[in-house]
Amino acid sequence: MLSYAIRRTLLAVPTLFVIITAAFFMMRIAPGGPFDSQRHLPPEIERNIESAYDLDKPLYEQYLMYVDRLAHGDLGPSFKTRDFTVTQLIADGLPVSLRLGLTAMIAAVLAGILLGTVAALNQNGVVDYLTMSAAMVGITIPTFVTAPILTLIFGVYGVRFFGYDISLPVGGWNNGAVANMILPVTVLALPQIAVIARLLRGSMVEVLHSNYIRTARAKGLPSYVIVLRHALQSAVLPLISYLGPAVAGLLTGSLIVENIFGIPGIGRYFVDGALNRDYTLVLGVVICYAAFVILFNLAADILYAVLDPRVRYAR
Amino acid sequence: MNFILPRDQAEMMERALDFKGRSLWTDARRRLLKNRAAMASIVILAVIALMAVFAPNLSPYAFDYQDYSIISCAPDWWPDRTAPCIAGGAHWFGTDNLGRDLFVRVLYGARVSLAVGLIATLVSLVVGVAYGAIAGFIGGRLDELMMRFVDVLYSLPYIFLVIILMVVFHRNFFLLFIAIGAVEWLTMARIVRGQTLSIKYKEYIEAARAAGVTRAATIVRHVIPNVLGPVVVYVTLTVPAVILAESFISFLGLGIQDPLTSWGVLISDGSKQIETAPWLLIFPATFMGVTLFCFNFIGDGLRDALDPKDR
Repeated sequence: MLSYAIRRTLLAVPTLFVIITAAFFMMRIAPGGPFDSQRHLPPEIERNIESAYDLDKPLYEQYLMYVDRLAHGDLGPSFKTRDFTVTQLIADGLPVSLRLGLTAMIAAVLAGILLGTVAALNQNGVVDYLTMSAAMVGITIPTFVTAPILTLIFGVYGVRFFGYDISLPVGGWNNGAVANMILPVTVLALPQIAVIARLLRGSMVEVLHSNYIRTARAKGLPSYVIVLRHALQSAVLPLISYLGPAVAGLLTGSLIVENIFGIPGIGRYFVDGALNRDYTLVLGVVICYAAFVILFNLAADILYAVLDPRVRYAR
Repeated sequence: MNFILPRDQAEMMERALDFKGRSLWTDARRRLLKNRAAMASIVILAVIALMAVFAPNLSPYAFDYQDYSIISCAPDWWPDRTAPCIAGGAHWFGTDNLGRDLFVRVLYGARVSLAVGLIATLVSLVVGVAYGAIAGFIGGRLDELMMRFVDVLYSLPYIFLVIILMVVFHRNFFLLFIAIGAVEWLTMARIVRGQTLSIKYKEYIEAARAAGVTRAATIVRHVIPNVLGPVVVYVTLTVPAVILAESFISFLGLGIQDPLTSWGVLISDGSKQIETAPWLLIFPATFMGVTLFCFNFIGDGLRDALDPKDR
């Protein structure tokens, strides 16, 4: 078990390395640079700027310098947002992105487990079909369609509920006020809820037909005990291995959601940075995202191995 | 006891020869034909695809023809009479903010989205099946090496790399296909490898080996045809994933460029005008939603048809 965990962790290091390298060179083979503009600078000034950012050195040397600085935790200066280092920019945006993503994740897991369990208990019944159809809709409708529609309903038209106005703000972050978070979190969580509900229904149905559940029923245990203590425990196992990739899904989803709702997370840096050839900023954001994806995949795999003793990892 | 006389035996043999075995695929086809949701999806998809192919013949307007007198106008049957203006004519879906006919643009968007879906899926199919079958069949160190490589690629936040690629190569349309396909092959390779491992020691493979068939020929003739079941199912689920990926990239403004269009671009444009001209979002979103639904239903139907055990 321990050796498995160590091996997986060790594999994460070259993975991150591949990502850094791929992203670095992909940005660089592009035509154009961060200091290209309509206005032509005198060549001496251009050369000075380039040498200030070490852009005049050979590419492999720049790469080695970048990796070296990265090893010291320095992501370098931003080429476009003057006076800011990439580390500062990410430190600004990351807490916002994380808060949004984690809230959506928790909401998705709770709602997904609830819906999936209810559907499984009602297998082939009306509730089952309704839940699974809703899940199908949730999976197929992309976030950039749900976001404007929900914005229109809750933000623009406004909704009255028992005489109370429950309209929500449609943009901005407002330091993470609850009202500002409801719409983006919902949009982000919906497809995840749908996938989790489908997954859980599948595994739950399988578990409910297994022998030990029949034994538990025969013992006369109350059904909520059977479902919560016995069935759910093994039914959530497949979910754990889904959670790693789900984080990646949430991150990419948050690119769109941050874009639509004007949330100051790190997602906006990515697209802007890529378009402006802000090499260091894009690399910083990619590394940041990649680290999270790898971390969660790792955590999910190890957690899975811990929880499911049937999983034996050879060698 | 019941003796079988030689003559009866011969007759039975003859009858057995007459009897046609039902292969997995015939069986699966029968089950699929009975699945109403899947069949309806196939019909709807076929209609959308045909409409996309014959788009220029279906509307009197060219996809890039601009009529500045009808900008962001509702179709004449639009129920909301507060719409700023009515397009009239054959603008069945209204017009966009440059006075172009939305109907024909949705169909042109279908061309791009479906083409991306099919081509990228084809790329992922070819690469994934070949890779997975070779890794699984050869096994040993090579398998270990090849699958570790897949593991590493798997944890890349690929959409970011695709975005970088699109930015870097100036939104090259062809590259978009390749980039998305190059990402989607990973799961395919894993599935095929798993299936290959499960049939690797079956008698017919050993028979082929005993008969002196080369490894390459065994993979092509015996391994790949027998692992196709799950692959077919996964293909139908890859197409919508690819269409989504393309529209996602287009939504960020990094995909296909005006005057050409895709569903992602149309949805992106529409969501900016959702208050004043909701039809600009509703029609492309509906087309895309219906298409994604259909692919998912076909995928589910195929899974049930090919693997009836969990029904």
